[in-house]
Amino acid sequence: MFQRSDPPDITITWDGRELPARSGESLATALLAAGVLSFRETPVSGAARGPLCLMGACFDCLVEVEGQQNVQACMTPVHPGLRAAPQHGVRDLPEVEAA
Amino acid sequence: MSTDVDLLIVGAGPAGMAAAVTARSRGLTVLLLDENAGPGGQVHRGIEHRAAKDEQDADGAKLAAALRSSAVETRFRATLWAVEPGGKVFWSEEGAARSAVAGRILLCTGATERPLPIPGWTLPGVMTVGAAQIALKTAGLKPQGDVWIAGQGPLLWLYAKQAVEAGGRLAGIVDLSHGIPPAALRHLPRALMAPGYLLKGLAWQRRVKRAGVRVIHAEEIRAEGEGRLARIVVDGTEHAADLLLLHDGVVPNTQITRAIPGCAHDWDAVQACWKPRLDAWGNTTAEGVMVAGDGGGIGGARAAAHAGRLAALEAARALGRMTEDQRNAEAGTERLALNRQLAARPFLDALFPPRPVTAIPDETIICRCEEVTAGKVREAVTLGCLGSNQTKAFTRTGMGPCQGRVCGPVVHAVIAAARGVDPAQVDPFRTRFPTKPLTLGELAALAE
Amino acid sequence: MNRAIVIGGGLHGLSTALHLARMPGWQVTVLERRHVGRHSSGVNAGGVRRLGRDLREIALSMVAWEMWSNISALVGDDCGFQPGGQVKVAENAAELGKLEARAAQVRALGWTHEEVVDQAEVRRLLPAIAPHVVGALVCHGDGSADPMRTVMAFRRAAQEAGATIIEGSGVTAIERSGAGTLRVVTEEGTHEAERVANCAGAWATRIARMAGEEIPCGVKASMMIVTERLPHFCTPTVGPTGRALSFKQTVAGTVVIGGGHQGLNDPERETSTVLFGNLAHAARIAAELFPCVKGARIMRTWTGTEARTPDEIPVIGESRTMPGLFHSFGYSGHGFQLSPAAGAAVAELIARGATNLPVAPFTQRRFDA
Repeated sequence: MFQRSDPPDITITWDGRELPARSGESLATALLAAGVLSFRETPVSGAARGPLCLMGACFDCLVEVEGQQNVQACMTPVHPGLRAAPQHGVRDLPEVEAA
Repeated sequence: MSTDVDLLIVGAGPAGMAAAVTARSRGLTVLLLDENAGPGGQVHRGIEHRAAKDEQDADGAKLAAALRSSAVETRFRATLWAVEPGGKVFWSEEGAARSAVAGRILLCTGATERPLPIPGWTLPGVMTVGAAQIALKTAGLKPQGDVWIAGQGPLLWLYAKQAVEAGGRLAGIVDLSHGIPPAALRHLPRALMAPGYLLKGLAWQRRVKRAGVRVIHAEEIRAEGEGRLARIVVDGTEHAADLLLLHDGVVPNTQITRAIPGCAHDWDAVQACWKPRLDAWGNTTAEGVMVAGDGGGIGGARAAAHAGRLAALEAARALGRMTEDQRNAEAGTERLALNRQLAARPFLDALFPPRPVTAIPDETIICRCEEVTAGKVREAVTLGCLGSNQTKAFTRTGMGPCQGRVCGPVVHAVIAAARGVDPAQVDPFRTRFPTKPLTLGELAALAE
Repeated sequence: MNRAIVIGGGLHGLSTALHLARMPGWQVTVLERRHVGRHSSGVNAGGVRRLGRDLREIALSMVAWEMWSNISALVGDDCGFQPGGQVKVAENAAELGKLEARAAQVRALGWTHEEVVDQAEVRRLLPAIAPHVVGALVCHGDGSADPMRTVMAFRRAAQEAGATIIEGSGVTAIERSGAGTLRVVTEEGTHEAERVANCAGAWATRIARMAGEEIPCGVKASMMIVTERLPHFCTPTVGPTGRALSFKQTVAGTVVIGGGHQGLNDPERETSTVLFGNLAHAARIAAELFPCVKGARIMRTWTGTEARTPDEIPVIGESRTMPGLFHSFGYSGHGFQLSPAAGAAVAELIARGATNLPVAPFTQRRFDA
């Protein structure tokens, strides 16, 4: 697992649960530091996945951020109160469901 | 087409930062785009927000400071997604698509890790060594508990050293390298011209071993667990594991250059990768498009900075801001320094040839996005697919969100091995713009 | 044994080779400059469409549709064919009027495959369509297939029928030998044959020119977009009436958007380039017809190089300057569906000198006037 060198200073919400985070870091490292390894299920087989590269290349760390789907957690900076959740398979089509 | 800026640089790593400052000092207007929050690239990640711990950090801090005090226009969190003929460049920033026309384009997109597909590498808890290094540099995350590293290459030992020095603890290192291959020895005399590199690598290994980290030399490794990593099996022996960090060297990030029509690439048999065909100044075969740094061939951070400055001088010449003689005169010391930096490279490259893809079992996924196995790719070859692009259209490998960034080198190598031909004869994925996803709505807005 | 050379390893070349190789007494060799399916055959939208065809193409398209309906019998693979229907939507009353006139025109020729539907029926077929759409022209039984899978299936079937496929072999000259046969010269060597088929797509006019024949035909580079995977929301392939778009959701859930918006073409370098300023129009029309996709991420865009004749229907027929050479090209961006039938027709022309298949309208004589 990963352990922080510096104490967290803010709080974010992951899947309805409050998690500590540190300003300036990415959502991906905040989740990893909190022991969250599985970020999503794939749209192909439904298998659990977590981040691979943390540099924006692999697209394996896709999550839902503030209601927006398939967002790369490693490229998303945290801020106090950020709300994120796992990406469950294929993204939704919100407009169609609302209609 | 009138231009908006003289030189547009993509990537604020050592090559991009050095090039930007040099070009600006020669009177060029410069726009520097980077998708991260600040300058540094991967090697100097988060350099403005942490204390310099070693020479490499000091280099990065110096480059970043020079960039900040220059009149270079920088845009961070800006993701380039297309380059069109005539110097037109598109990027996204804060959810909106933008474009500019540049006199010259310099791509400093660095390197990506060569994937190391082992059974179970898609389990949460399996990451790359580069990822762990980013976590350490940007968020101070250090390994603790049952954390294993597996693979080979200098970066593996550098990270292990950095992790240990930061107070992290590693359960062990699974070394998949094979000693010194005979092919490497002929590069040794030249490498000894730059002894610093070799000594550094040995010192990292000693430092890690002194910290009591267990090193296992092995042939085979697989990751296992239900829904997340629980253990690794190394040559038949199980070890508890909650994190596994993989590494098999780095390759040039050619995602953008391969998408540019007329930009030729050559197979580098020593580094076992494709790289754009460059002249001594970093010009590609596509008009007005240049490359500097690891994106043009792996040379490391210091080499990248020198190559960036040389490219900036050439851009100034191409745009009529200096004569060829002036450029050559100013380039002299940079070129000497660059050559010295590159001296150890062929030895290092030959020392760590990539793990043979024949070691990948048929049932192992190689395209993580579309979940295509090595066996599927091999089957496509038996059905007549000769190269990466036919195989992509046939199996969906490389068609997912990462657009073949991760699987590209492996798919290419698997096809070459299955056909029994020289990798140079197998085409790599043709990448396609947009090289980073943008929404239909963002693109539609350009039609207004 | 008669010998035939097919120039071009695209879908039309492979289909011609397959049909000919299955005829007794023919030894077929396909010469492909790069690799099979390199250009438009491997990267097109895979539209299996009779809807909205040029009236001169309908008869051949109907034959092809019969073949598509049982494509496994022809090539031993279903080619990913999904007969989800094709729908051309009307965005206003005037467009609906046009569609009604078109349906009447097709009916007058004796065909019944195109039918006009009202707003309620469009909504039933396309629950995600924008509310301003007032009706549509529908062709049930049309659909789409997987282009590269189709190419590979035709390739395998042709090989199993005895055809030889040589990749990486570009043709540099065609000449007549003293013995009266045709000699096809490549960089590697010379192939001699009684008959030659010109299925070289965007480069077919060059082959014709080698035989001393000028046929008016340009090139096009239609651009395509594919999105990330989305939940299933659309079964048919959809296009509007007054604007250029083709829109379909694949089995994988990705949405493929085309419609003929043109990129930059460079046939000399065998490349074509996406121009995002142009492609933005396709994205805009797609988002206006299906508002739910506005937030969908684009995964890739691409272009494929294809021949385009002045009247946008193909050239099929024997060369007038070099008897024994048969042309089949210029499908102008909608030849995918026609390929099983067109290949059969060209094979018959080669083997018997005549065919009962309806390809008469495609003679190059039509350009004489």
